[in-house]
Amino acid sequence: MSSTADVLVVPVPDPGVRTVLLPKWRTALARAREERSGTPLKLLLLALVAAGFWSAVFTVAYRVLLYARSAPEIGSFLPQKMLGVILLAFASILLLSNLVTALSTFFLAKDLDMLIAAPIDWLRLYLAKLCETVAHSSWMVALLAVPIFTAYGIVYDGGPWFWLVALGAFVPFLLLPGVIGAVITLVLVNVFPARRTRDLLSLVAIGAMAIVVVTLRVLQPERLARPEGFRNLVDFLGALQSPTSPFLPTEWTADIIMNWLNRVADPLPIVLLWSTAGAFVVLGALAHKRLYRNGFTKAQEGAEQYVRGKHWPRFASRLLGRLPVAKREFIIKDVLLFFRDTTQWSQLILLAVLLLVYIFNIRALPLFTGERVSVLLVTMVVFLNLALAGFVLAAIAARFVFPSVSLEGKQLWLLCSSPLDLEALMWSKYWTGTVPLLVLALLITGVTNVLLQASPFMMAVSIGTITLYTLATSALALCFGTIFPQFDTENAAQIPTSFGGLVYMMASVCLLGVVIALEARPVLQFVRANQAGVPLEIDLGMALMFGASAALCLASTLMSLRIGLKRIRDIDA
Amino acid sequence: MIRLTNLTKRYGSFTAVDGIDLQVPAGELFGFLGPNGAGKTTTLRMIAGILKPTSGVVQIGGDDLERKPRKAKTRMGFIPDRPFVYDKLTGAEFLRFVAALYGQEGPVIERRMDELLRLFDLAPWKDELTESYSHGMRQKLIISSALIHQPEVIVVDEPMVGLDPKSARLLKDLFKEFTQRGGTILMSTHTLEVAEDMCDRIGIIQGGKIVACGTMTELRHQFAAGDASLEDLFLRLTGGVSDLELGHVLDR
Repeated sequence: MSSTADVLVVPVPDPGVRTVLLPKWRTALARAREERSGTPLKLLLLALVAAGFWSAVFTVAYRVLLYARSAPEIGSFLPQKMLGVILLAFASILLLSNLVTALSTFFLAKDLDMLIAAPIDWLRLYLAKLCETVAHSSWMVALLAVPIFTAYGIVYDGGPWFWLVALGAFVPFLLLPGVIGAVITLVLVNVFPARRTRDLLSLVAIGAMAIVVVTLRVLQPERLARPEGFRNLVDFLGALQSPTSPFLPTEWTADIIMNWLNRVADPLPIVLLWSTAGAFVVLGALAHKRLYRNGFTKAQEGAEQYVRGKHWPRFASRLLGRLPVAKREFIIKDVLLFFRDTTQWSQLILLAVLLLVYIFNIRALPLFTGERVSVLLVTMVVFLNLALAGFVLAAIAARFVFPSVSLEGKQLWLLCSSPLDLEALMWSKYWTGTVPLLVLALLITGVTNVLLQASPFMMAVSIGTITLYTLATSALALCFGTIFPQFDTENAAQIPTSFGGLVYMMASVCLLGVVIALEARPVLQFVRANQAGVPLEIDLGMALMFGASAALCLASTLMSLRIGLKRIRDIDA
Repeated sequence: MIRLTNLTKRYGSFTAVDGIDLQVPAGELFGFLGPNGAGKTTTLRMIAGILKPTSGVVQIGGDDLERKPRKAKTRMGFIPDRPFVYDKLTGAEFLRFVAALYGQEGPVIERRMDELLRLFDLAPWKDELTESYSHGMRQKLIISSALIHQPEVIVVDEPMVGLDPKSARLLKDLFKEFTQRGGTILMSTHTLEVAEDMCDRIGIIQGGKIVACGTMTELRHQFAAGDASLEDLFLRLTGGVSDLELGHVLDR
């Protein structure tokens, strides 16, 4: 040891934002390398699914934009309003996503103990964690924005610099919800303990999302497609303006992009957006400096005292009495964990709202205005309703079935070292997810088809298809959940928005697309027979198409479960 | 009771466990020692059925873990080094769930659960969610869960970490009693005093291979170590740090 005479002055280290973020960056790279080292078939499948999804989004955006731009009288400003509404929807998603993510990155992440104990400047820690929060929350929205912006760029011939302009407008747009999310989380953690805050945030986030959905629905955006339904042009323009405001950063972002595309030189939105983003970052940093230390301390305190559903297992034991004890207790355990974790059960609120909006949408269709509607139109609506219901079910499976294996994560040691058959585990997970999903599927399809006064033929097609598709999409969710498990997540609500969740949604939508495409011809045959007033003849072609659709769903179910089982057996817990 | 034959685990080109052969008979407490990264935990997790071996055979009570996994696992209780339990289950619900995994339920399990929780001073917290438990309490809950189905074999990775002195003493007595009644324990530990005090035989693993195995007397004899302590033997076999290196690290 050195003597007191020659005491060394240790220079205070100054690790930068880059140093703090380096492990995360390296982790992301390592994950990408792991993905790349997968089998060529898996990579090809991934590339095809991604390309298919992007192409679909681009095609829809491109066509809608062409149509909107050429609309008489309103074509000059409708695309800008559309962009404003899209960005507003993005901002809502980003705000909610940042709220949930900020709690993990700023207060619950495993690296925080090490970072807080290290001599890192508070501002750099804040900026690093803010970058992490924004990146984690925004990548999916950014991916979705690419084909939409591309469509704008092509339709308006934005030129090669358009991408730079779009990027310059989009970066501060992403930053703002990140700062707001971080500040709200910071304040909440200072008021409640972190675990309570997580519960509270889930409720706030889900509640806010529900309000956004209901508000957007109540505004009845479908009226914009029918200008003749308005009393005069002023009313119509009023409706066009309604979801947006000149004080919203989403409007400034849309203005920057549209100004470039319309060759208008106006620096105001650029100044407004960048200065606001900069000011928010500074204010966020000041709040962080003042509240973080206290908040981080509180984040490590407090657990739930009240135990929900303590007596429920006894009732469930009786209900599931016939099952073997291991399977029965496994199901009870899953249900208990679900209803005790607010981040999970609170999603049911959103589900209920979405379903109400869905049924409201069906009621709002022009089929119910009293005018005579052709069989073709009714059949097409029923058929499209089937596709939409399928999409809703896939989204629900992504929320509830996809995360089920990941949620076992850290406890997998227990299941693997016990005599529990992993096949039983998979079946248990599959059926506890599929049965409620199937009930919901039949309910949605049945109720909406009754509302739409679907013919018995279409009712049978819808019910049969949705049953088989539900079995398949649930199995796909479980399968992708085992292929892309998120064992280390601190927040269950983040699992569906992971890369694996996205791939699952893409695969599920692709399956739905193929099923719908296969059934389109027989449905058309039905319509033609109906129009001609002749009874429908079930020929070989029709049987083959329905058979192929059913076989595809069943094959997807069995293959997914088999792959999932193999994957779960191979997981080194 | 535990038999490992040519047990190997490779991760790509890295061999974590390299052809281990070992037999631990009934009534024996076998201590597994080795420096960090030597392959102890990997071996234990393969025995518990959590990791799949690259090659080799694990037999528990004569049952091949690969061919008859359920039968082999029924005989065993596993205590991991990191106490991960379901945060949103109470202590009692967790034990009930583990018992069910081993096909057991009813009044016998309820009684045994109460006994174990009382033994480990967890009874007052039995109806609290485990998210409010400390590290040591979780460790004690996991030890209780490994004993709830009355296993014949216990595989335990670093059992003393996080335990207070009273619980550590309790666990030592429990393990001794367990082996005296014919049970088998395979335990990995870094606490050499614990190993020297408790284990009937000791195996030292390094680089994925068992480099020494036997009773303390056999080990001393094998390496002509006179009255050397287990610590001296361990350092001799696994390579200690020279004074020169220590001095270099502490120099400013």
